[in-house]
Amino acid sequence: MSLWQMFSRRGSAPVARERLQILLAHERALGGGQGDLVAVLQEEILAVIARHIAVDRDKVQVKLDRSKDYSTLEIDIEMPPIATLAAARASLR
Amino acid sequence: MSKVLVVTSGKGGVGKTTSTAALGAALAQSGQNVVVVDFDVGLRNLDLVMGAERRVVFDFINVINGDAKLAQALIRDRRIDTLSLLPASQTRDKDALTPEGVARVLDELREKFDWVICDSPAGIERGALLAMYHAEVAVIVTNPEVSSVRDSDRIIGLLDSKTAKAEAGEKIDKHLLLTRYNAARAARGEMLKTEDVLDILSIPLLGIIPESEEVLRASNLGAPVTLNNPTSAPARAYFDAVKRLQGDSIAMTVPTARRGLIGKLFGRRVA
Repeated sequence: MSLWQMFSRRGSAPVARERLQILLAHERALGGGQGDLVAVLQEEILAVIARHIAVDRDKVQVKLDRSKDYSTLEIDIEMPPIATLAAARASLR
Repeated sequence: MSKVLVVTSGKGGVGKTTSTAALGAALAQSGQNVVVVDFDVGLRNLDLVMGAERRVVFDFINVINGDAKLAQALIRDRRIDTLSLLPASQTRDKDALTPEGVARVLDELREKFDWVICDSPAGIERGALLAMYHAEVAVIVTNPEVSSVRDSDRIIGLLDSKTAKAEAGEKIDKHLLLTRYNAARAARGEMLKTEDVLDILSIPLLGIIPESEEVLRASNLGAPVTLNNPTSAPARAYFDAVKRLQGDSIAMTVPTARRGLIGKLFGRRVA
Protein backbone atom coordinates (compact mmCIF):
# COMPACT_ATOMS: atom_id res chain seq x y z
CA MET A 1 0.00 0.00 0.00
CA SER A 2 1.44 3.35 -0.98
CA LEU A 3 1.60 6.27 1.39
CA TRP A 4 -1.05 8.05 -0.67
CA GLN A 5 -3.43 5.09 -0.41
CA MET A 6 -2.92 4.95 3.33
CA PHE A 7 -4.07 8.51 3.76
CA SER A 8 -6.78 8.59 1.15
CA ARG A 9 -8.39 5.26 2.06
CA ARG A 10 -12.04 5.78 2.89
CA GLY A 11 -13.60 3.31 5.28
CA SER A 12 -15.73 0.55 3.81
CA ALA A 13 -18.56 1.11 6.29
CA PRO A 14 -20.25 3.90 4.26
CA VAL A 15 -20.35 1.53 1.27
CA ALA A 16 -21.94 -1.17 3.45
CA ARG A 17 -24.49 1.31 4.71
CA GLU A 18 -25.50 2.45 1.24
CA ARG A 19 -25.72 -1.07 -0.17
CA LEU A 20 -27.93 -2.14 2.71
CA GLN A 21 -30.21 0.86 2.36
CA ILE A 22 -30.82 0.18 -1.32
CA LEU A 23 -31.25 -3.56 -0.89
CA LEU A 24 -33.61 -3.36 2.06
CA ALA A 25 -35.76 -0.66 0.47
CA HIS A 26 -36.43 -3.11 -2.38
CA GLU A 27 -36.84 -6.18 -0.20
CA ARG A 28 -39.32 -4.45 2.09
CA ALA A 29 -41.38 -3.23 -0.85
CA LEU A 30 -41.65 -6.76 -2.17
CA GLY A 31 -42.17 -8.42 1.20
CA GLY A 32 -38.91 -10.29 1.12
CA GLY A 33 -39.84 -12.35 -1.93
CA GLN A 34 -37.34 -10.75 -4.30
CA GLY A 35 -35.89 -14.04 -5.54
CA ASP A 36 -39.38 -15.40 -6.15
CA LEU A 37 -40.37 -12.44 -8.30
CA VAL A 38 -37.52 -13.02 -10.72
CA ALA A 39 -38.36 -16.73 -10.90
CA VAL A 40 -42.05 -15.99 -11.59
CA LEU A 41 -41.19 -13.42 -14.27
CA GLN A 42 -38.82 -15.85 -15.94
CA GLU A 43 -41.49 -18.60 -15.99
CA GLU A 44 -44.26 -16.35 -17.33
CA ILE A 45 -42.14 -14.66 -19.97
CA LEU A 46 -40.95 -18.05 -21.13
CA ALA A 47 -44.54 -19.31 -21.36
CA VAL A 48 -45.58 -16.34 -23.51
CA ILE A 49 -42.67 -16.82 -25.87
CA ALA A 50 -43.24 -20.57 -26.10
CA ARG A 51 -46.75 -19.88 -27.38
CA HIS A 52 -45.27 -18.33 -30.52
CA ILE A 53 -41.82 -19.79 -31.02
CA ALA A 54 -40.01 -22.87 -29.87
CA VAL A 55 -37.27 -21.49 -27.70
CA ASP A 56 -34.72 -23.26 -25.57
CA ARG A 57 -35.32 -22.71 -21.84
CA ASP A 58 -31.66 -22.07 -21.26
CA LYS A 59 -31.68 -19.27 -23.82
CA VAL A 60 -33.86 -17.01 -21.72
CA GLN A 61 -31.99 -14.93 -19.17
CA VAL A 62 -33.72 -12.67 -16.70
CA LYS A 63 -31.54 -10.25 -14.77
CA LEU A 64 -32.43 -7.68 -12.19
CA ASP A 65 -30.32 -4.69 -11.26
CA ARG A 66 -31.35 -2.40 -8.47
CA SER A 67 -30.09 1.07 -7.76
CA LYS A 68 -31.26 3.86 -5.53
CA ASP A 69 -33.61 5.64 -7.95
CA TYR A 70 -34.54 2.98 -10.48
CA SER A 71 -34.29 -0.71 -11.18
CA THR A 72 -33.88 -2.51 -14.46
CA LEU A 73 -35.22 -5.89 -15.46
CA GLU A 74 -33.15 -7.28 -18.29
CA ILE A 75 -34.65 -10.03 -20.41
CA ASP A 76 -32.32 -11.66 -22.89
CA ILE A 77 -33.81 -14.21 -25.28
CA GLU A 78 -31.66 -15.96 -27.79
CA MET A 79 -33.85 -16.65 -30.84
CA PRO A 80 -33.43 -19.77 -32.93
CA PRO A 81 -31.98 -19.31 -36.48
CA ILE A 82 -34.36 -17.70 -39.02
CA ALA A 83 -34.76 -20.94 -41.03
CA THR A 84 -35.84 -22.94 -37.97
CA LEU A 85 -38.16 -20.13 -37.02
CA ALA A 86 -39.84 -20.02 -40.42
CA ALA A 87 -40.29 -23.77 -40.44
CA ALA A 88 -41.78 -23.72 -36.98
CA ARG A 89 -44.19 -20.94 -37.89
CA ALA A 90 -45.28 -22.77 -41.01
CA SER A 91 -46.04 -25.88 -38.98
CA LEU A 92 -48.06 -23.82 -36.53
CA ARG A 93 -50.41 -22.55 -39.25
CA MET B 1 -46.22 -10.90 35.56
CA SER B 2 -44.51 -13.41 33.38
CA LYS B 3 -42.89 -12.45 30.09
CA VAL B 4 -41.92 -14.55 27.10
CA LEU B 5 -38.87 -13.19 25.30
CA VAL B 6 -37.34 -14.53 22.10
CA VAL B 7 -33.69 -14.07 21.21
CA THR B 8 -33.53 -14.23 17.44
CA SER B 9 -31.48 -13.02 14.45
CA GLY B 10 -32.10 -14.93 11.24
CA LYS B 11 -28.38 -15.31 10.66
CA GLY B 12 -26.38 -17.92 12.52
CA GLY B 13 -23.26 -17.27 14.54
CA VAL B 14 -24.09 -13.73 15.61
CA GLY B 15 -24.40 -14.53 19.31
CA LYS B 16 -27.97 -15.67 19.98
CA THR B 17 -27.05 -18.48 22.35
CA THR B 18 -24.32 -16.46 24.08
CA SER B 19 -26.78 -13.60 24.52
CA THR B 20 -29.59 -15.89 25.73
CA ALA B 21 -27.26 -17.29 28.39
CA ALA B 22 -25.92 -13.86 29.39
CA LEU B 23 -29.31 -12.09 29.46
CA GLY B 24 -30.93 -15.01 31.27
CA ALA B 25 -28.18 -15.16 33.88
CA ALA B 26 -28.13 -11.37 34.32
CA LEU B 27 -31.91 -11.33 34.89
CA ALA B 28 -31.58 -14.19 37.37
CA GLN B 29 -28.69 -12.39 39.09
CA SER B 30 -31.06 -9.43 39.57
CA GLY B 31 -33.39 -11.75 41.50
CA GLN B 32 -35.84 -12.70 38.76
CA ASN B 33 -36.99 -16.26 38.22
CA VAL B 34 -35.75 -17.17 34.76
CA VAL B 35 -35.89 -20.15 32.42
CA VAL B 36 -33.91 -20.29 29.18
CA VAL B 37 -35.41 -22.57 26.54
CA ASP B 38 -33.41 -24.03 23.66
CA PHE B 39 -35.51 -24.23 20.46
CA ASP B 40 -32.67 -25.50 18.28
CA VAL B 41 -33.82 -29.10 17.90
CA GLY B 42 -31.03 -31.27 16.55
CA LEU B 43 -28.31 -28.70 17.17
CA ARG B 44 -28.69 -27.81 20.81
CA ASN B 45 -25.93 -25.72 22.33
CA LEU B 46 -27.45 -23.66 25.09
CA ASP B 47 -26.75 -26.52 27.53
CA LEU B 48 -23.06 -26.38 26.57
CA VAL B 49 -22.75 -22.60 26.84
CA MET B 50 -24.47 -22.76 30.25
CA GLY B 51 -22.21 -25.58 31.43
CA ALA B 52 -25.09 -28.04 31.91
CA GLU B 53 -24.31 -30.44 29.05
CA ARG B 54 -23.61 -33.37 31.38
CA ARG B 55 -26.84 -32.92 33.29
CA VAL B 56 -29.32 -33.28 30.40
CA VAL B 57 -31.62 -36.24 30.96
CA PHE B 58 -34.93 -35.21 29.41
CA ASP B 59 -35.56 -32.45 26.89
CA PHE B 60 -38.21 -30.15 25.41
CA ILE B 61 -39.47 -32.83 22.99
CA ASN B 62 -39.75 -35.41 25.79
CA VAL B 63 -42.00 -32.96 27.64
CA ILE B 64 -44.08 -32.26 24.52
CA ASN B 65 -44.53 -35.99 23.89
CA GLY B 66 -45.41 -36.65 27.51
CA ASP B 67 -42.37 -38.90 28.06
CA ALA B 68 -41.29 -36.67 30.94
CA LYS B 69 -42.79 -34.07 33.23
CA LEU B 70 -41.61 -30.50 32.81
CA ALA B 71 -40.02 -30.56 36.29
CA GLN B 72 -37.95 -33.59 35.27
CA ALA B 73 -36.58 -31.87 32.17
CA LEU B 74 -35.75 -28.51 33.76
CA ILE B 75 -32.12 -28.17 34.85
CA ARG B 76 -31.53 -25.72 37.68
CA ASP B 77 -28.29 -23.76 37.45
CA ARG B 78 -25.77 -24.69 40.15
CA ARG B 79 -24.51 -21.11 40.51
CA ILE B 80 -27.79 -19.15 40.63
CA ASP B 81 -30.84 -21.00 41.86
CA THR B 82 -33.31 -18.67 40.13
CA LEU B 83 -31.98 -19.75 36.71
CA SER B 84 -33.19 -22.89 34.90
CA LEU B 85 -32.65 -24.43 31.50
CA LEU B 86 -34.98 -26.45 29.29
CA PRO B 87 -32.68 -28.17 26.78
CA ALA B 88 -33.57 -28.99 23.18
CA SER B 89 -33.48 -32.51 21.86
CA GLN B 90 -30.27 -33.48 20.14
CA THR B 91 -31.56 -36.50 18.28
CA ARG B 92 -35.22 -36.07 17.43
CA ASP B 93 -36.83 -34.95 14.23
CA LYS B 94 -37.50 -31.21 13.99
CA ASP B 95 -41.18 -31.94 13.31
CA ALA B 96 -41.49 -33.21 16.86
CA LEU B 97 -41.70 -29.58 17.91
CA THR B 98 -45.45 -29.10 17.40
CA PRO B 99 -47.28 -25.77 17.72
CA GLU B 100 -49.71 -27.26 20.26
CA GLY B 101 -46.90 -28.85 22.27
CA VAL B 102 -44.89 -25.64 22.36
CA ALA B 103 -47.95 -23.65 23.43
CA ARG B 104 -48.68 -26.08 26.26
CA VAL B 105 -45.12 -26.16 27.61
CA LEU B 106 -44.74 -22.36 27.40
CA ASP B 107 -48.02 -21.91 29.32
CA GLU B 108 -46.68 -24.16 32.04
CA LEU B 109 -43.36 -22.27 32.11
CA ARG B 110 -45.17 -18.93 32.39
CA GLU B 111 -46.73 -20.10 35.63
CA LYS B 112 -43.38 -20.97 37.18
CA PHE B 113 -41.10 -18.18 35.96
CA ASP B 114 -40.96 -14.39 35.63
CA TRP B 115 -39.06 -14.65 32.34
CA VAL B 116 -39.22 -17.37 29.70
CA ILE B 117 -36.33 -16.75 27.30
CA CYS B 118 -36.53 -18.63 24.02
CA ASP B 119 -33.24 -19.18 22.19
CA SER B 120 -34.22 -19.32 18.51
CA PRO B 121 -32.40 -21.45 15.95
CA ALA B 122 -30.90 -19.61 12.97
CA GLY B 123 -32.95 -19.36 9.80
CA ILE B 124 -36.63 -18.64 9.22
CA GLU B 125 -37.98 -22.18 9.34
CA ARG B 126 -40.29 -23.98 11.73
CA GLY B 127 -38.06 -23.84 14.83
CA ALA B 128 -37.40 -20.12 14.45
CA LEU B 129 -41.08 -19.36 13.83
CA LEU B 130 -42.17 -21.42 16.84
CA ALA B 131 -39.56 -19.77 19.06
CA MET B 132 -40.95 -16.32 18.23
CA TYR B 133 -44.66 -17.19 18.03
CA HIS B 134 -45.57 -16.76 21.71
CA ALA B 135 -43.14 -13.93 22.50
CA GLU B 136 -44.19 -10.55 23.83
CA VAL B 137 -40.65 -9.23 23.68
CA ALA B 138 -38.04 -9.89 20.99
CA VAL B 139 -34.33 -9.27 21.20
CA ILE B 140 -32.83 -9.16 17.72
CA VAL B 141 -29.14 -9.97 17.88
CA THR B 142 -27.21 -8.24 15.10
CA ASN B 143 -23.56 -7.90 14.20
CA PRO B 144 -22.43 -4.68 12.50
CA GLU B 145 -22.03 -6.55 9.23
CA VAL B 146 -24.14 -6.49 6.03
CA SER B 147 -25.48 -10.05 6.00
CA SER B 148 -26.47 -9.92 9.66
CA VAL B 149 -28.29 -6.59 9.24
CA ARG B 150 -30.16 -7.87 6.19
CA ASP B 151 -31.29 -11.02 7.98
CA SER B 152 -32.34 -8.99 11.02
CA ASP B 153 -34.54 -6.88 8.76
CA ARG B 154 -36.18 -10.05 7.49
CA ILE B 155 -36.72 -11.34 11.02
CA ILE B 156 -38.29 -8.01 12.06
CA GLY B 157 -40.77 -8.49 9.20
CA LEU B 158 -41.63 -11.96 10.49
CA LEU B 159 -41.99 -10.72 14.08
CA ASP B 160 -44.52 -8.19 12.80
CA SER B 161 -46.54 -10.77 10.87
CA LYS B 162 -46.05 -14.34 12.12
CA THR B 163 -46.40 -14.04 15.89
CA ALA B 164 -49.48 -14.45 18.10
CA LYS B 165 -49.22 -10.75 18.98
CA ALA B 166 -49.14 -9.73 15.32
CA GLU B 167 -52.06 -12.01 14.50
CA ALA B 168 -54.06 -10.34 17.26
CA GLY B 169 -53.29 -6.95 15.70
CA GLU B 170 -50.86 -5.99 18.45
CA LYS B 171 -47.23 -4.94 18.20
CA ILE B 172 -44.48 -7.13 19.54
CA ASP B 173 -41.94 -5.26 21.65
CA LYS B 174 -38.70 -5.36 19.62
CA HIS B 175 -35.19 -4.50 20.76
CA LEU B 176 -31.88 -4.48 18.94
CA LEU B 177 -28.84 -6.00 20.61
CA LEU B 178 -25.71 -5.10 18.69
CA THR B 179 -23.02 -7.67 19.39
CA ARG B 180 -19.33 -8.02 18.47
CA TYR B 181 -19.08 -4.27 18.22
CA ASN B 182 -15.65 -2.78 17.80
CA ALA B 183 -15.89 0.93 18.60
CA ALA B 184 -12.39 1.68 17.32
CA ARG B 185 -13.05 0.11 13.92
CA ALA B 186 -16.44 1.83 13.69
CA ALA B 187 -14.74 5.16 14.42
CA ARG B 188 -12.25 4.50 11.61
CA GLY B 189 -15.09 3.82 9.17
CA GLU B 190 -14.19 0.14 8.88
CA MET B 191 -17.35 -1.15 10.56
CA LEU B 192 -20.98 -0.06 10.48
CA LYS B 193 -21.65 2.33 13.33
CA THR B 194 -24.44 1.85 15.85
CA GLU B 195 -26.32 4.78 14.26
CA ASP B 196 -26.01 3.17 10.81
CA VAL B 197 -27.60 -0.06 12.01
CA LEU B 198 -30.30 1.79 13.95
CA ASP B 199 -31.08 3.98 10.93
CA ILE B 200 -31.49 0.95 8.71
CA LEU B 201 -33.47 -1.29 11.08
CA SER B 202 -35.31 1.47 12.98
CA ILE B 203 -35.99 -0.42 16.19
CA PRO B 204 -34.92 0.71 19.68
CA LEU B 205 -31.48 -0.24 20.91
CA LEU B 206 -31.23 -2.53 23.95
CA GLY B 207 -27.47 -2.59 24.22
CA ILE B 208 -24.09 -2.70 22.51
CA ILE B 209 -21.94 -5.69 23.40
CA PRO B 210 -18.29 -5.00 22.62
CA GLU B 211 -16.24 -7.62 20.85
CA SER B 212 -14.24 -9.26 23.62
CA GLU B 213 -12.07 -12.25 24.45
CA GLU B 214 -14.17 -12.68 27.56
CA VAL B 215 -17.09 -14.05 25.53
CA LEU B 216 -15.10 -16.99 24.18
CA ARG B 217 -13.44 -17.55 27.55
CA ALA B 218 -16.86 -17.80 29.23
CA SER B 219 -18.22 -20.26 26.65
CA ASN B 220 -15.03 -22.34 26.91
CA LEU B 221 -15.73 -22.64 30.61
CA GLY B 222 -19.47 -23.20 30.26
CA ALA B 223 -20.57 -20.08 32.11
CA PRO B 224 -22.64 -17.11 30.95
CA VAL B 225 -20.25 -14.15 30.64
CA THR B 226 -22.19 -12.22 33.31
CA LEU B 227 -21.41 -15.00 35.79
CA ASN B 228 -17.92 -15.85 34.67
CA ASN B 229 -16.56 -12.32 34.83
CA PRO B 230 -19.22 -9.85 35.98
CA THR B 231 -16.91 -6.84 35.74
CA SER B 232 -15.75 -7.54 32.17
CA ALA B 233 -16.86 -5.17 29.39
CA PRO B 234 -19.37 -7.56 27.72
CA ALA B 235 -20.85 -8.55 31.11
CA ARG B 236 -21.41 -4.91 32.04
CA ALA B 237 -23.05 -4.35 28.66
CA TYR B 238 -25.39 -7.30 29.27
CA PHE B 239 -26.23 -6.06 32.79
CA ASP B 240 -27.14 -2.65 31.32
CA ALA B 241 -29.25 -4.33 28.62
CA VAL B 242 -31.16 -6.27 31.27
CA LYS B 243 -31.84 -3.08 33.24
CA ARG B 244 -33.25 -1.50 30.09
CA LEU B 245 -35.39 -4.61 29.51
CA GLN B 246 -36.84 -4.05 32.98
CA GLY B 247 -37.72 -0.47 32.08
CA ASP B 248 -34.77 1.49 33.51
CA SER B 249 -33.37 4.20 31.30
CA ILE B 250 -29.61 4.01 31.35
CA ALA B 251 -27.25 6.04 29.19
CA MET B 252 -26.09 4.00 26.20
CA THR B 253 -22.36 3.37 26.34
CA VAL B 254 -20.01 0.79 24.92
CA PRO B 255 -18.24 -0.59 27.99
CA THR B 256 -14.49 -0.97 27.55
CA ALA B 257 -12.13 -3.33 29.31
CA ARG B 258 -10.79 -1.99 32.57
CA ARG B 259 -7.05 -2.45 32.65
CA GLY B 260 -4.42 -1.92 35.30
CA LEU B 261 -1.35 0.22 34.76
CA ILE B 262 0.66 -2.67 33.29
CA GLY B 263 -2.23 -3.58 31.01
CA LYS B 264 -2.53 0.04 29.92
CA LEU B 265 1.16 0.17 29.09
CA PHE B 266 1.48 -3.17 27.36
CA GLY B 267 -2.02 -4.46 26.72
CA ARG B 268 -3.61 -4.57 23.33
CA ARG B 269 -6.73 -2.57 22.66
CA VAL B 270 -9.76 -4.80 22.58
CA ALA B 271 -12.48 -2.31 21.77
